[in-house]
Amino acid sequence: MSERTPVGGHSAPLRGVNRLFRRHRRLGLAALLTPPVFWLVVIYIASLGLLIGAAMFRLDPRSHKPTTELTTENLRTAFTDWDFVNVVVRSVFVAATVTVLCLVIALPMAFYISKIAKPWARRGLIVAVLMPLWAGYLVKGYAWKAMLRPASKFGIDKDGGFLASVFGWTPGFGMVAVILALTYLWLPYMVLPIYAGLDRLPPSLLDASGDLGARPLRTFRSVIVPMLVPSIAAGSIFTFSLSLGDYIVPKVVTEGKIRLLGNLIESTLLAPNQPLAAAFTLWPLMIIITYLIGMKRLGAFESL
Amino acid sequence: MNLSRAARWVLRGATWLGLAFLYTPLIVVAVLSFNTATSLSWPPKGLTLDWWRKAWKVDGPSDALVNSLQVAVVATIIALLLGTLAAFAMQRFTFFGRSSLSFLLVLPIALPGIVTAVALQNSFSRTIDLGLFEFRIGFGFHSLVIAHATFCVVVAYNNVIARLRRSSANLLEASADLGAHASQTFRLVTFPLVRSALLAGGILAFALSFDEIIVTTFTAGSGFETLPQWIFANISRPNNVPLVNVMATFVMLVSIPLAWMAQRLSDGDGIGTGR
Repeated sequence: MSERTPVGGHSAPLRGVNRLFRRHRRLGLAALLTPPVFWLVVIYIASLGLLIGAAMFRLDPRSHKPTTELTTENLRTAFTDWDFVNVVVRSVFVAATVTVLCLVIALPMAFYISKIAKPWARRGLIVAVLMPLWAGYLVKGYAWKAMLRPASKFGIDKDGGFLASVFGWTPGFGMVAVILALTYLWLPYMVLPIYAGLDRLPPSLLDASGDLGARPLRTFRSVIVPMLVPSIAAGSIFTFSLSLGDYIVPKVVTEGKIRLLGNLIESTLLAPNQPLAAAFTLWPLMIIITYLIGMKRLGAFESL
Repeated sequence: MNLSRAARWVLRGATWLGLAFLYTPLIVVAVLSFNTATSLSWPPKGLTLDWWRKAWKVDGPSDALVNSLQVAVVATIIALLLGTLAAFAMQRFTFFGRSSLSFLLVLPIALPGIVTAVALQNSFSRTIDLGLFEFRIGFGFHSLVIAHATFCVVVAYNNVIARLRRSSANLLEASADLGAHASQTFRLVTFPLVRSALLAGGILAFALSFDEIIVTTFTAGSGFETLPQWIFANISRPNNVPLVNVMATFVMLVSIPLAWMAQRLSDGDGIGTGR
C-alpha cells in the first residue's frame, strides 16, 4: 500500500493505529467484538445465571430477604404446586391461542398485500400494518380497556365503551379481553414475516401448480403453506413469547381479575419473595428456550 | 394462481377488516382525549381541549416525559455503539461462536420481558464481590439506561448489518486501491454508507426504550418514573382518565411519525423492529 494520502492528511499517531490494525486483523476483530460481547455476557447472561442461582436461596421469613442458605423448596413449590402449575398451563393456553389467532388474521392479509394488491399499493399497506406497532404498548392495552368497557348499572357514567355502544356487545373484562388485546398487540409481528415469505415465493410456482390442475385451495395447502413454515415459525416466536410473559395487559384489560404467569411472578416478587419469584421465572425461561430451539429447527431464524 | 373474483374480494375484505382492527382502538383513544366526560364511555359527551392544556400544567406527566426522553437518548447511544461494533464484526470476520452471537443479541428481546426484568432486578440489587473490590449497581437513572441499552442493541445491530450486507465489499477494496487509509475509508466510504441505517436503528431503539414498561418497572427503583410508568399508575385512577388519554395520544403522535421516518430511512433493508 502506498503512503500517499489522496484525501486530507494524517497525524502520525493515527497512521500508527492504522498500520497496527492492518498488520493484525485479529486485533481489529477483538476491538469490534469485545464491547458488545462483554456487555451482553456480563450484564445479561450473567444475570440469567444469577437468576437460576437466586431460586435456590431460602427466604428469611422475618426480614423477607434471601439468606445464603441453599434449598430446593422454591423449585419444588414452583414446579409441583398445582395452583401454580395451573397458572402456567393457562398462560401457555393464552399464548398459543393468541398465536393461532394472529396466524388466522395475518395469512389472508399478507397474501392479499403481497400477491393481489397493486404493486404501488403494497408498500403503503405493509407500512400501514406496521405503524401501530409504534403507537406504544401501554397505549394499546389501554385502548382496549376503552374499547371493551361494558355498560354498568351504577356510577356517574353508565354508558359502555366503543364495542358496547357501536356493536351492542362486548366480551367485558375477562379472558376473551386478554386474548383479544394480546392478539391485537402482536398481530403485526405475524404479518411481517409471512409477507416477506410470500414475497420470496416465485409467482411461477403458483402458476405451475395451477397449470397442473390444482385449485387455489389445493395450491394453498400443498405449495404455499409448506413454503411459509419458516416465516410462520418466525412470527410465532414473537406472538408466543411476548404473550407468555405479559402481565401488564391482563392487569389493564381485566382490572386485575385474571392472573397469568407474569402476574404471578410480579406479585411474588412484590410480596416480597425474591427466591420464589426467581423459581417461577424459570418456567417462561424453559418454555421459551425450548420453543426457540424448536422454531430454529423449522428455519425460523433465517426468516427473522 | 387464478383466483376467482369472489376469492379476491374476500381477501381484500379480510385485509381491510384487519386494518380496521389495528386502527380503531387507536382512533378511539385519540378521540377520547378530547372528551368532556371523564370516563371511557363511547361516544364522547362533548369535545374540549381542556385536558390537553391541563396535561402540561400538572407536574407528573411532564416530569415523567423528561425522564423517559433522557433514558431513551442515553440508552440509544450505547445501543448504537454496541450494535454497530457487533454488526461490523459479524460482517467482516468469521470467528468461533459467530452464530451464537446472533442468538445472544436477540435473546434480550426474544425472552419475555418479565424474565429479563426479574433477572436484571436480581443482579442490580445484589452486592457483587469481585475479591479485590465489591460493588452494587443499585437502581435509578443508570440502572434503567443499562437495562434499556441491553435490549436495544439488537435493533441497532439489525439495521446496520442489513445495510452492510447490501453494500459491496468492493467499495472498501476500491478505496484501499486508491490509497486511502483505514480511517479515511471509514470516514469517506463506510460511515456515509451506514449513516442512514444508524439513524433508522437509532429511531427504532429510541422508540423501543421510550415505550418499555415491564423491564422498566423492575429496574427503575422507587424514585424514578418514566412516562409509561406514569400512564400505568394512572390507568386505574378514575380521576386521571382524561390525562391518561392525552398522554396516550401524545405518545402516538410522537412515535408513529418517527417510526414512519425510520421506515423510509431503512428502505429495503427489512425492518429491524424490536418489541
